[in-house]
Amino acid sequence: MKASNGLWRERLLGAMPAELAQEIDVFENELAMRKRGKLDEALVAETRLRRGVYGQRYDNGQRHDGRATRQLAYPEDKPTKGPQTLWDAPGMQRIKIPFGGLTARQLETLAELAEEYSDGIAHVTTRQDVQLHFVHIEDTPSIMRRLAAVGITTREACGNTVRNVTACPVAGVCRTQIFDVTPYAHALAYFLLGHPDAQAFGRKFKISFSGCCEEACGLAHMHDFGAIAVERDLDGKRKRGFELWVGGGLGAVPQPARLFTEFLPEEELLPVAQAIARVFARLGEKKNRNTARMKFLVAKLGIDEFRRLVAEERARLPFDKRWTEYLEHVERAGEPRLKPPSLLQINGAASGEFTRWAATNVYPQRQRGYSTVTVTLPLGDITADQLRALAEVARRFIKDTIRTTVEQNMVLRWVSDGDLPQVHAALQAAGLATPGAGTILDVAACPGTDTCKLGIASSRGLAAELRTRLATRAFELDEAVESLRIKISGCFNSCGQHHVADLGFYGVSRKKGDYAVPHFQVVLGGQWRENAASYGLAVGAVPSKRVPEVVDRITGRYVNERARGESFQAFIARIGKAECRRTLEDLMEVPPHDADPSFYSDWGDPREFTIGDLATGECAGVVVPAVEFQLAACEREVFEAQLKLEKAGIEAAAAQAHESMLHGAAALLRHKGVAFGGSPDEIVRTFRAELVETRLFWDPFRGGALSNYFFKAHENAGAVHTEEAAHQLIEEAQLFIEACHACYVGMAAVGVG
Amino acid sequence: MIQHVNVKVFAESPEGFDHNAALAVFQRWIRESVCEELLIDVVDYHHVPAGPGTVLVGHEANYSLDNGGNRLGLLYNRKAPIEAGEEENFAQALRAALGACRRLEEEPEFEGRLRFGPAREIEITINDRGLAPNTDDAFVALKPAIESALGAVYGAVEFSLERLGDARERLRIGVHAGK
Repeated sequence: MKASNGLWRERLLGAMPAELAQEIDVFENELAMRKRGKLDEALVAETRLRRGVYGQRYDNGQRHDGRATRQLAYPEDKPTKGPQTLWDAPGMQRIKIPFGGLTARQLETLAELAEEYSDGIAHVTTRQDVQLHFVHIEDTPSIMRRLAAVGITTREACGNTVRNVTACPVAGVCRTQIFDVTPYAHALAYFLLGHPDAQAFGRKFKISFSGCCEEACGLAHMHDFGAIAVERDLDGKRKRGFELWVGGGLGAVPQPARLFTEFLPEEELLPVAQAIARVFARLGEKKNRNTARMKFLVAKLGIDEFRRLVAEERARLPFDKRWTEYLEHVERAGEPRLKPPSLLQINGAASGEFTRWAATNVYPQRQRGYSTVTVTLPLGDITADQLRALAEVARRFIKDTIRTTVEQNMVLRWVSDGDLPQVHAALQAAGLATPGAGTILDVAACPGTDTCKLGIASSRGLAAELRTRLATRAFELDEAVESLRIKISGCFNSCGQHHVADLGFYGVSRKKGDYAVPHFQVVLGGQWRENAASYGLAVGAVPSKRVPEVVDRITGRYVNERARGESFQAFIARIGKAECRRTLEDLMEVPPHDADPSFYSDWGDPREFTIGDLATGECAGVVVPAVEFQLAACEREVFEAQLKLEKAGIEAAAAQAHESMLHGAAALLRHKGVAFGGSPDEIVRTFRAELVETRLFWDPFRGGALSNYFFKAHENAGAVHTEEAAHQLIEEAQLFIEACHACYVGMAAVGVG
Repeated sequence: MIQHVNVKVFAESPEGFDHNAALAVFQRWIRESVCEELLIDVVDYHHVPAGPGTVLVGHEANYSLDNGGNRLGLLYNRKAPIEAGEEENFAQALRAALGACRRLEEEPEFEGRLRFGPAREIEITINDRGLAPNTDDAFVALKPAIESALGAVYGAVEFSLERLGDARERLRIGVHAGK
């Protein structure tokens, strides 16, 4: 952990938005509480996940070294940071990048963080996030502060929350879009961030935006909430709206989304999303994480009933001006362009390198004279030096119009066409001009066994191997093969989106004699275009080391046997699953260990293969009931009141103690399912009626004394306190919060809540 | 006090370097606990141009066969703070890096092809902008401690030091044997 951690809070004060600064202080205090033994491990896990601080492989302190599982001897004087998760074990920091939008300054900050806190690499994910690996938990508040100072939050990047809102990376400049979805994605992302109605899910909730139906765009059909831009003529006016798809998702049980409505008017986007969040929070599965995604709720209820419940909830929502106020700016929400449009002019013959790069990595925008350039990142990885170089390219040619993509690349939008050769040269100097974006060379992969606790096989190792092999044959690849996509996941959870690739692979393990052998299940014929319209066929598992042959054989058959104009999906559907399997059958064999031991280790990892390193995933969060989470927050507030008494002054401490009691009371009321207004007086009144007078909040020895602390604190709110009185108030607040915990347990015993 | 000292010792003969050999060696280092630090995992970034190469991730420090700047070298990246004084912090990182170089040169997987040589060229980086920005002032302030540490590790060899990179980068110091 960094020696400078104590410095950033003061240095960046004023540079961070106040709300984010406070949010990070809260998190830092929670970590401090955990170190003092004042916060339960499940709660600290939930609170860090909600800030994007994720566990990583081997963080239970065990690792198989190829011969035996050994303990990693971390210092023993530390608490855990979650169930079976050691404090000092390195973890991952996920950084939410709504719709992938980044500025040059943000790229530079990511560079600084990657080299100072991580291993020098920033990793772009398949959901447009950026991840830093091998991060120490005590560094995460500094990381968050430095991000906040450039306008980035990690809040709700993991856990059972609304995850990063994704959108088509060419939204706004796309030739086939209906309209630019960017301002809508931005509005919904920040509307739901921290929204009270989106805090009690049983599982994560994923949103995407697409500008059109035909392209892959936002992959709407594989999202919980997939919005596709549409327009209609209503009352003689052209009206914007969205075709809304709900309940889609990949994972172990992929489900295509169902059509919620063909036209959701733009002004209904935010309130309907809020209503859906409420229905999911209220009726979604909470105990069994395997059936807790919204796709299971939609399937269980049926789309008609789901629609009815959402409409009912929508009708009940109190008006929120944020629903529509952003719409005033939508039409004007264009991006700044640094340069005027121009024509590409090449004196003499263009270099072969430029031509090859331009053919795959340059997309002519709908605005004449401009192009979007794709910066291909191998396996989504970019170094700190490259991030700085990219920031420089951006400043020189486009300003701040950079986006990450779900194919783990970055794009530079608004490159004036005449600048393309110079942009290529600048990217080439930084090792960022690899051609082949969106082709079979551009293999996507989740982290797999490199860092993920759930990874079974090395998705990144395989991806690197396929990239290398395919790149050496790039010139001889048939055009029909070049346009195919390969996507790889380390396990069945589909983070590599293998279901929607032409050639998809996910990691599995098979036994051969006494040995485990890394394998990949082959999934063929998924459809990336049309918003991930259909999922592929699982054909069978092949040893990891034979996957390159699988790619050669299947693509070879396609080239040789396809009908004129036949797509890969159509070809796979025509020959069928049984024939696909027959094609690969001999490749499914594993030679004995003695004959070829290389089959018994994975790509990029010479250790003998094992699945003994698998651990409990944190993807689903810890599923702590909302009331427990809220009461833990109250304890932290009391802790902060104590700190304020030492530093910030008596009245601030007293106010904080009072507030913690109000929050504790409100948490219990919400848990009981009681409707109440938000004002402190209403909370006190409802608490008295619903919990004290009903004797749910009642101590067997002290009767109503503990609730009286709360009532007294409320009566004295705003009064001048002596230091002694403030100190006593804090003590009483602590007792009151403890009583809230007891009340919660008592409510469970009598079946309330 | 300065912490998080990184030392990169450049390889003299990077030709023929095989990243698969590096993976095997570092995995064995974990198994045999050959370093003072707790070693955790190996990460392979050979697919990234001018990247971190092959990284042996530890708790107190990382070792990597780093290809930053398109120059292969052994990089020691101290992560955990040491309360030993500035000069000793530099000396500790230098000793750890040079010890790792010696060990790598002897590893059979490299078949004698990975050499760091006697006339070592070194780069020192302070991996914490909060403690040391890349400015002339910070460089001048640290120079005496670095020179003392070099003296303690190498004896009476003369070195010249220069500040490298710009203000956006971490404080990076090139060290060359001789004036």
